[in-house]
Amino acid sequence: MEIIMIVLASILFTTGVYNLLQKQFLRIIIGTALISHGAHLFILTMGKLKRGAPPVEDYGVSNYADPLPQALILTSIVISFGVTSFLLVLAYRTYKLNNTDNMEKLRGLNNE
Amino acid sequence: MVYAVFAPLIFAIIIPFLSRIKHKVHTGWLILPVPLLIFIYFLQFVGSDFETARQTIDWIPSLNIALDFYLDGLSLLFALLISGIGTLVVLYSIYYLNKEEQLGHFYTYLYIFMSSMLGVVLSDNVFVLYTFWEFTSLSSFLLIGYWHYREKSRYGALKSMLITVLGGFSLLGGVILLTIETGTTSIRGMIEQADLIVNSDYFLFILIFLLLGAFTKSAQFPFHIWLPDAMEAPTPVSAYLHSATMVKAGIYLMARFSPIFSEVPLFFIILSIFGLVTLAWASYMAVRQTDLKGSLAFSTISQLGMIMAMLGFGTSYAVFAAVFHILNHATFKGSLFMVAGIVDHETGSRDIRKLGGLMTFMPISATLAIFGTFSMAGVPLPFLNGFYSKEMFFESALDLGGYSGAFIESLITAIPIIAVVGSIFTFVYSMYLFFGTFRGEYKESELPKKPHEAPFMMLVPPMLLVIGVMVIGLFPNMFNQALITHSADAVYGDEVAKDIKFWHGWDSPAFQMSLIVVAAGILLYLTKNKWHHIYRVIPGRFNFNRVYDWMVEKIESVSNRITTAYMTGSLRLYMILILTAIITITAGAILISDGFNFEVQDLAPITAPEVIVASIMAIAAIGTTVARNRIAAILILGVVGYGLAILFVMYSAPDLALTQLIIETVTVVLFLLCFYHLPNLTTNNNSIVHKGTNVLVSIGYGVLMLVIGVTAYNSRFADTISNFFMENTYELGGGHNAVNVILVDFRGIDTLFEVAVLFGAALGIFAMIKLRQDKGAK
Repeated sequence: MEIIMIVLASILFTTGVYNLLQKQFLRIIIGTALISHGAHLFILTMGKLKRGAPPVEDYGVSNYADPLPQALILTSIVISFGVTSFLLVLAYRTYKLNNTDNMEKLRGLNNE
Repeated sequence: MVYAVFAPLIFAIIIPFLSRIKHKVHTGWLILPVPLLIFIYFLQFVGSDFETARQTIDWIPSLNIALDFYLDGLSLLFALLISGIGTLVVLYSIYYLNKEEQLGHFYTYLYIFMSSMLGVVLSDNVFVLYTFWEFTSLSSFLLIGYWHYREKSRYGALKSMLITVLGGFSLLGGVILLTIETGTTSIRGMIEQADLIVNSDYFLFILIFLLLGAFTKSAQFPFHIWLPDAMEAPTPVSAYLHSATMVKAGIYLMARFSPIFSEVPLFFIILSIFGLVTLAWASYMAVRQTDLKGSLAFSTISQLGMIMAMLGFGTSYAVFAAVFHILNHATFKGSLFMVAGIVDHETGSRDIRKLGGLMTFMPISATLAIFGTFSMAGVPLPFLNGFYSKEMFFESALDLGGYSGAFIESLITAIPIIAVVGSIFTFVYSMYLFFGTFRGEYKESELPKKPHEAPFMMLVPPMLLVIGVMVIGLFPNMFNQALITHSADAVYGDEVAKDIKFWHGWDSPAFQMSLIVVAAGILLYLTKNKWHHIYRVIPGRFNFNRVYDWMVEKIESVSNRITTAYMTGSLRLYMILILTAIITITAGAILISDGFNFEVQDLAPITAPEVIVASIMAIAAIGTTVARNRIAAILILGVVGYGLAILFVMYSAPDLALTQLIIETVTVVLFLLCFYHLPNLTTNNNSIVHKGTNVLVSIGYGVLMLVIGVTAYNSRFADTISNFFMENTYELGGGHNAVNVILVDFRGIDTLFEVAVLFGAALGIFAMIKLRQDKGAK
């Protein structure tokens, strides 16, 4: 099962990177979101996948799922949310100011 | 001793605050006691019963780097020069710079320099020495560029920085090699292992690196070109850094390490040749200059070359003469720079063609200049110290031996001749400086200001230096026993006992050489008009400045071309470059280390629900890349997110699932809010090449992650630390849910920063929306 999950994470990475390389701002944001999904899945998989054993102490099982990756992912989810929302507003602002969301046209000035 | 080194640095921090009240008191007065006290402190050590002292403070013990200050004769001589001339220069600058200048900057830089220069000469640890060494370059850069609104100041500052820092790097290379070879970071420790160093495989590199460091710092040919341009600095700085102290750091370095190299013929050859070429070339160049300070700069270069050559000779007599000349040069050249500054200050010009006949207006300055220039020229009078060391230079040039080989023998024959030629030009420019400025015709119309004598206190520092010239000249042996001998001992590594005598008799060859110099010099000076056109023609277009300018220009244009080639402003290109680098480097590392591990083990069973969810997610993810409609793309992205949440539920991560659900919902809502304002997705009208690269890079990245994932999953080298968290969740964290306890307790600080990140993002978003409103309000 882990292999399947790693493959899935790789697919998320691949599509994320592909979106990241596009010109449009919206696609780039979608790309970053996909990459963070991929990363979360990746980390979870690294901690071994276990069904029916959440890391809560008095659950009555001795073999818990690994709590550490979960804690990391929890932090990461929140942060990637912050980044995504920031990028969205940035995209919105950029479009309002420059009337384009094409990154190839948003190159800044020469001799800045 | 530590306090002495760091006191100026501490004051450098305070100075900006002191300079606030500069309109009442000139900042210089407030800080004048610092170098004076340091000078008095070091003066205690002087005496015939001198003993070395040391003081150590640990700094980076793991790298064997300690602030190890060691005071021997050589360090003492330099420390006295640094603090003594430092005092005079500060006093002088009080009158040279008026209160409108940015005094805070000036004195801060100057005191940083003072600290670092003291550090250079007192450090026994090579890395500490190197650190201070770079600080002297830095403060010199800042001081040369002090009048930063002048184009030439900036040019000179940059030039000195580039050249001396180049040497600094090379010095670093040298000391690292020395440390590797000897296993110690102490200079004395290295000297004890001189044999090991000389026979080492890296010896040539060590020698060249150290020489390069010393030559750039001490402005030896062909690196001398930065020093004339450094004359754009205020004159107190030129007198202090660029004649008396900093430029002697290279000399110090060579003197310090000469016990290691003294037996090596190559050291003798390189140092003698470069020193003498510098002496002759720079003294010739000095004659050509029309700027007073420019002439003094070349004169400094040539004197440094002379000292360098004497260190290269390496005989006990030459070493003694070198050390003696370090002291003498500091006194007469310091006073000359100060007089040049006074002339500049009081007449508004430093151009020797415009000056003349100032004797009547500035009698005291003129008198001081007589002593300075005549001492520099080596005129045989018993109260001029320059003559003593000049004659000792000739004597040591005649008395060379101990080396064999045809090349060295012909070199030994040539040395006295070059020495005499160089000294003749020294004599000529000395006369030129004095008579050109103070005698001859007074050209009133040429001068911006009506000349008059400088204020008395401004004359005090050069006067004290001239008194030094005379006292050393009259009672050389007093200084000899108390100071010079100890320094020479430290350099030579053995007892050097010498008496300094004025009169060696008519038949002494050195005295005859002095007479030749004086006679030829007078002849050349009197007939100077005939030589003018020659001075103008040679060297003409041939000039090391051109080489330097060409190199700087080339470096700038080439790096500009390289940068613009990849810094196109296209984010896509940047991403491709970054990702390609990640892929190639990581894949390369895995290939080289043979890190693959595909032995699959300890897997969870494959069950249908998860496979179904995973397939849906995969299809959705691929769907985002081809979606034409923005709503569709966003909703498909939502599918991936919710799918992930379901996977979290399945794999025992309820907290994650909850968070993911909420966040995913909010994100989709946000997307939908924003997309309303954004244009629709366009069809990709990219070229095939573009698309192909994109696909290739993304697939490459995906495959890389796949390989890393599988390999990492199967390579477990250590026990997991998760058990610790599970076992202690309740005892230490007081909670049952391990994930929560980790977040708020075990790794609480991480969470705090996470909140800070969110806060930052929120601030940014707020600012961006708020800005729009303000603009709309206009």
